[in-house]
Amino acid sequence: MATIQSIANENEPHPDVALVERVKTGDISAYDELVRKYDRQIFRIAQHITQNREDAEDVMQDAFLKAYEKIDQFQGNSKFYTWLVRIAVNESLMRLRKRRTGRMVSIDEDIETDEGSVPRDLADWAPDPEQNYTQAELAEILRKTIQGLPPGFRVVFVLRDVDGLSTEETAESLGLSVPAVKSRLLRARLQLRERLARYFKRKKVPKEKGVKSDVH
Amino acid sequence: MTCTEFLAKLDDLIDDTVTREMRADLQEHLRGCEHCEVTLSTTRKTIQIYRSHEIYEMPAGLRDRLHKAIMERCKKGC
Repeated sequence: MATIQSIANENEPHPDVALVERVKTGDISAYDELVRKYDRQIFRIAQHITQNREDAEDVMQDAFLKAYEKIDQFQGNSKFYTWLVRIAVNESLMRLRKRRTGRMVSIDEDIETDEGSVPRDLADWAPDPEQNYTQAELAEILRKTIQGLPPGFRVVFVLRDVDGLSTEETAESLGLSVPAVKSRLLRARLQLRERLARYFKRKKVPKEKGVKSDVH
Repeated sequence: MTCTEFLAKLDDLIDDTVTREMRADLQEHLRGCEHCEVTLSTTRKTIQIYRSHEIYEMPAGLRDRLHKAIMERCKKGC
């Protein structure tokens, strides 16, 4: 199915191509359309990398302004969104470096960790486990859980699984190799799964004496 | 197939990028391995939960501020 979709996409120009062309001729309303289309995602990525709301707001603004200023340099070899994400990732890392003066911040350093490489928590989850929490509680659990991951894992997971970018687009956005994206994605997914299990696993019901557990 | 071999193919299975033969092998392993079945279903659930819940809502007014900043930049030459 993915193959059919990608073939169809190759034959039709991406709708952003026409918008970018209009921006290049000075049509600012076309840029507004691109902003409305992607501002939420760019804010989300910036927030995931910087972990700071103020920084994420600044990054979103700076990334869109920079993309606007450099729009003539956009050649259309990649999707506009992939190009925009790359700018936003770089802006986010610059913000982090400013905050942590002297400390290098990078998302391409390989993180040596065995955590999550072998699933430990093998208990099944309750059906629809999120139903046991309010929306606010759930958002807090999801935030806390993903914040515990190394930044390089977090951002790969968000681009691939939340934003729906392909492995190749994720690699391009982050300046990583495809195998590096694949290895991080697997570890990110498994670590998140392991950490969420604490909240979502099926509660064990104590068996009553004399009652057969398989009787329904 | 061992659990380690299954785990190495977990992402490809979730992303639907396995060959028909590989899929058959993975399903064969799943039939006899509850642990891997749970790992697969809960990993899928993990992705689905993060995909369907926005954990960082964009602050109200940010879009307008950005629009103003772009218009301001445009005054210097679009």
